[in-house]
Amino acid sequence: MSAVEYEPVIGLEIHIQLATATKMFCGCALSFGEPPNTHTCPVCLGLPGSLPVANARAVHFGLVIGLALGSELAPRSIFHRKNYFYPDLPKGYQISQYDLPLCRGGRLGEVRIHRVHLEEDAAKLVHVGASGRIHGSDASVVDFNRGGTPLAEIVTEPDLRSAEAAGEWLRLLRTTMRVLGVSDVNMEEGSLRCDANISLRPAGSEELGVKTELKNMNSFRFIERGIRAELARQEAILQAGERVQQETLHFDPASERITSLRSKEEAHDYRYFPEPDLVPVAIDAAMLSAARAALPELPAARAERFERELGLSADSAHLLAFRAELGDYFEAALCAAVDPAPPAQALANWISGDLLARLTGGETVTDAGDMGGGGGGDPLSSRVEPQALAVLVGLVAAKRVSVGAGRQVLDRLVAEGGDPAAIVAAEGLAAIDGGDELSAIVAEALAAHPEAAANVRAGNAKAIGPIVGHVMRATKGRADGGEVTRLVHTQLGV
Amino acid sequence: MSAAAIVELSAASAVQELAAGRLSAAELFDAYRARAAADELNCFTWVAEGPPAAESGGALRGVPLAVKDLFCTAGVPSQSGSRILEGYRPPYTATVVARLAAAGAPLLGKTNQDEFAMGSSNENSAFGPVLNPWDRARVPGGSSGGSAAAVAAGLAPWALGTDTGGSIRQPAALCGIVGLKPTYGAVSRYGMIAFASSLDQAGPLTRDVTDAALLLRHMVGRDECDATSLGHPEEIALPSAESLSGVRFGVPEELTGEGIDPGVLDAFRGALARARELGAEILDVRLPHATHGLSAYYVLAPAEASSNLARFDGVRYGLRADGAEDLLELYTRTRHDGFGAEVRRRIMLGTYALSAGYYDAYYGRAQRVRTKIVGDFDAAFAEVDFILTPTSPTVAFPLGERTGDPWSMYISDFCTVPMSLAGIPAISIPCGLAGDGAGAQLPVGLQLAGPVFSENRLLDAAFALERALGFDGSRVRGGGSA
Amino acid sequence: MIDRDEVLHVARLARLKLDDGEVESMARELSGVLDHIAKIGELSLDDVPPTSHVVEVVGRLRPDEPRPCLPREVALEQAPSVSDGGFLVPSPQA
Ligand SMILES: [Mg+2]
Ligand SMILES: [Zn+2]
Repeated sequence: MSAVEYEPVIGLEIHIQLATATKMFCGCALSFGEPPNTHTCPVCLGLPGSLPVANARAVHFGLVIGLALGSELAPRSIFHRKNYFYPDLPKGYQISQYDLPLCRGGRLGEVRIHRVHLEEDAAKLVHVGASGRIHGSDASVVDFNRGGTPLAEIVTEPDLRSAEAAGEWLRLLRTTMRVLGVSDVNMEEGSLRCDANISLRPAGSEELGVKTELKNMNSFRFIERGIRAELARQEAILQAGERVQQETLHFDPASERITSLRSKEEAHDYRYFPEPDLVPVAIDAAMLSAARAALPELPAARAERFERELGLSADSAHLLAFRAELGDYFEAALCAAVDPAPPAQALANWISGDLLARLTGGETVTDAGDMGGGGGGDPLSSRVEPQALAVLVGLVAAKRVSVGAGRQVLDRLVAEGGDPAAIVAAEGLAAIDGGDELSAIVAEALAAHPEAAANVRAGNAKAIGPIVGHVMRATKGRADGGEVTRLVHTQLGV
Repeated sequence: MSAAAIVELSAASAVQELAAGRLSAAELFDAYRARAAADELNCFTWVAEGPPAAESGGALRGVPLAVKDLFCTAGVPSQSGSRILEGYRPPYTATVVARLAAAGAPLLGKTNQDEFAMGSSNENSAFGPVLNPWDRARVPGGSSGGSAAAVAAGLAPWALGTDTGGSIRQPAALCGIVGLKPTYGAVSRYGMIAFASSLDQAGPLTRDVTDAALLLRHMVGRDECDATSLGHPEEIALPSAESLSGVRFGVPEELTGEGIDPGVLDAFRGALARARELGAEILDVRLPHATHGLSAYYVLAPAEASSNLARFDGVRYGLRADGAEDLLELYTRTRHDGFGAEVRRRIMLGTYALSAGYYDAYYGRAQRVRTKIVGDFDAAFAEVDFILTPTSPTVAFPLGERTGDPWSMYISDFCTVPMSLAGIPAISIPCGLAGDGAGAQLPVGLQLAGPVFSENRLLDAAFALERALGFDGSRVRGGGSA
Repeated sequence: MIDRDEVLHVARLARLKLDDGEVESMARELSGVLDHIAKIGELSLDDVPPTSHVVEVVGRLRPDEPRPCLPREVALEQAPSVSDGGFLVPSPQA
């Protein structure tokens, strides 16, 4: 009997911490690793009598996200209370949105968006182990610094069909949010968090299977691994003729194990009702035009423009557009107005190739998903000024500096920064043109490698290697490879 | 001025005496502080040692204020009548208390109340019941019972209360004083320990209508810390009307017939006759859904309360049960031990009404009844200027009489709840005495309700009626302390 | 109208411990109140919109400007149990 083929059906729920100055419902400044409970007030501590007031900028960011995703913006949306008890939830309810969210529908890439709503983040629970002051068992300490941070929750339709596709799409979402400037979207710091709803159905079926919810995976790698592990677990259950239980699960990346988060007796009953302490959010023309004005060019449009207006290859255009920091650097370099001007494609190649390899210690460009964004992968925070790279690529393109010498200059720029023209002059790295000096060195190389010279003369083009190598050594790489080959051929009479 | 003479001054008269230099702020404060400290009615849960060190200026300069326990007052116990908040001293002060302090009213003390404002008799306080100064074997009404009894007994010149379904008006009626529930949103709720957010509103409890207007004037205002606060479109004026000529009063049969004690109805009819003498027109109006007000209220208010009271979990403040083995036990025991029976009952009722499968039948329907009640009032106010009803179906009832059956207590708010659901202003003024069949003569309250933000007209009408009715509450003013 | 099991379920949702005797009396009292409330079931309300709030304003958004926070010792002052600058609780997972 052959096994049934199953198709994965995956939807994502993403929580994004918004980059406002203050919390969602109070004036506390957002916290970035300050000592516990130093960013609190009566509102975000849930003190008796305190009341929430919604942050205008968080609403603005919500609208910007909605516009970017092509969502329908609710002219009037309301906040609800989601009631449950947990020590990280000071009021015993989370203020969130329920049946009237800020944004509905939309699409990003191939994935449809179900809704986008605003809510407040929970506080942080730090496990402290056994404590003498808590009877019997383990204790935790609650830090309310994070509590009340504004969140946008983005819920997709179940349009993803593999773990890899989910990871890929999440990268696109992250870039989009970064370009929008609404969030730091840093998974390690928790400003982007992702839950996945996962189910399997017989291939070709239109019905949805029983889904499980995989909670709070905190890196792109874990998300893909977690989804893969859960798909495998569900498939094993189904192939054994059993049923998948609807439940909330946790993936432990260390052990690759999936465990149930909540016991079954804990029924979910959030008793949503309209938050009576807040009034509806109504979108007026001013808010809408402010959100439209804040809307930057999105990755897909940018890639299209790079191709159309700058003549970049599709791959280069996509790479630079979807890694916003590379695209920004590229455009800054292109605008630097240097003479000779670097061709756009050459500049793109230098950025995605030599420069990035030096900044990331050799990591390949397309697998940049797990990087936080700052640090190694971002050329704007390196010592290489966009203008400097533009000068260098311009010189190489004009053959005033050889490719090899250009790489040496780049090494210096990455290490110390500075002006490429000055480095070229100081180090004597200017290209040797096709004049007498290079002719003499080529002659010397032919003399030093008689065997290779004979092979080349006999028609073996590949035999030229040792001769060119000799010239490059002698010129410290300043010679242009093409010119050297031409001179070898001339002198050998080929 | 002698202490006895001081206590006979209304708050507005005290302001004048202070301004004229015939009375000092210290004399005034000390006279009331001494009486509040000797309180025999259990009105106060905390009494100030003295006036605030820094005396502020302002229109109310020097007239001490009693404040219901549930208003947060920085560094001062703010317990909302609950064991779960016993000894709780908040780090901030409620906006309305801060406004009144800025207007010059020093805090005299915090007054006893039904726990989390849930009750109509003050018997639900963790700090013991308040006694009615007219008859100490009877309740003062609730939930602002401490504030009402303190003002009636002359232990405070005036007081702040809160009204969710009648919690200012009903105790004012049962204690023979004036109580005003403003339009929802006129006064900030920031710093009021919440019972039911969409209904709670702070208001004055005073000896007369003029004092109510004076205190309200300094309470209203838009507060950026309360998104639902609106302030008031008009400055609150001191009332001056003598005639009711041209004023149309509507009497709804739904709230003035069945269920109202005969003695109360007699006093009510007497007040109508007075109104007619002053030139008012008395008309019949219909509030067809008013009789469903209590049902809607006892879904909506407990639902909101069940959520508002979830924050009392023994983690950040207040009581924590000892020796809990785990988090669940810590929650359930803390909340069992910290909340009284009525609060537990309403949390259960509200949780049930919001729970899966019941939301539409209870919460959803109650919200629709609320819409109907709002519509009833809109229609009525197209015909009349104000609606008149008795404030409470009965006079003050004996302690313990209604504690056995929740609904028998809940119907105390039968006449006041519809106005709360509609968010409209309503004032209770004393309109006479009535027996309850046992011979005692006890105050009866007359409720006047008007459209939203009609406070100035409402106060004027109440003022004219107050003068015509000539109720004398001075008899119990000496009675609150030894 | 509300039975023992429902009372226990609701008590669990509300995080209220009820002793055995209290379950019975709670069921009785809630049923009594619910009987009265049930009257609104008789009204025809199909086309009536719900009112969550009588306040007819919208927006009321707060400018995104920081306000002073509470000093930590004030934030922790009223807590029943404090450790490491935070509020000490039994671990939820325990
Ligand atoms: Mg969420
Ligand atoms: Zn805060």
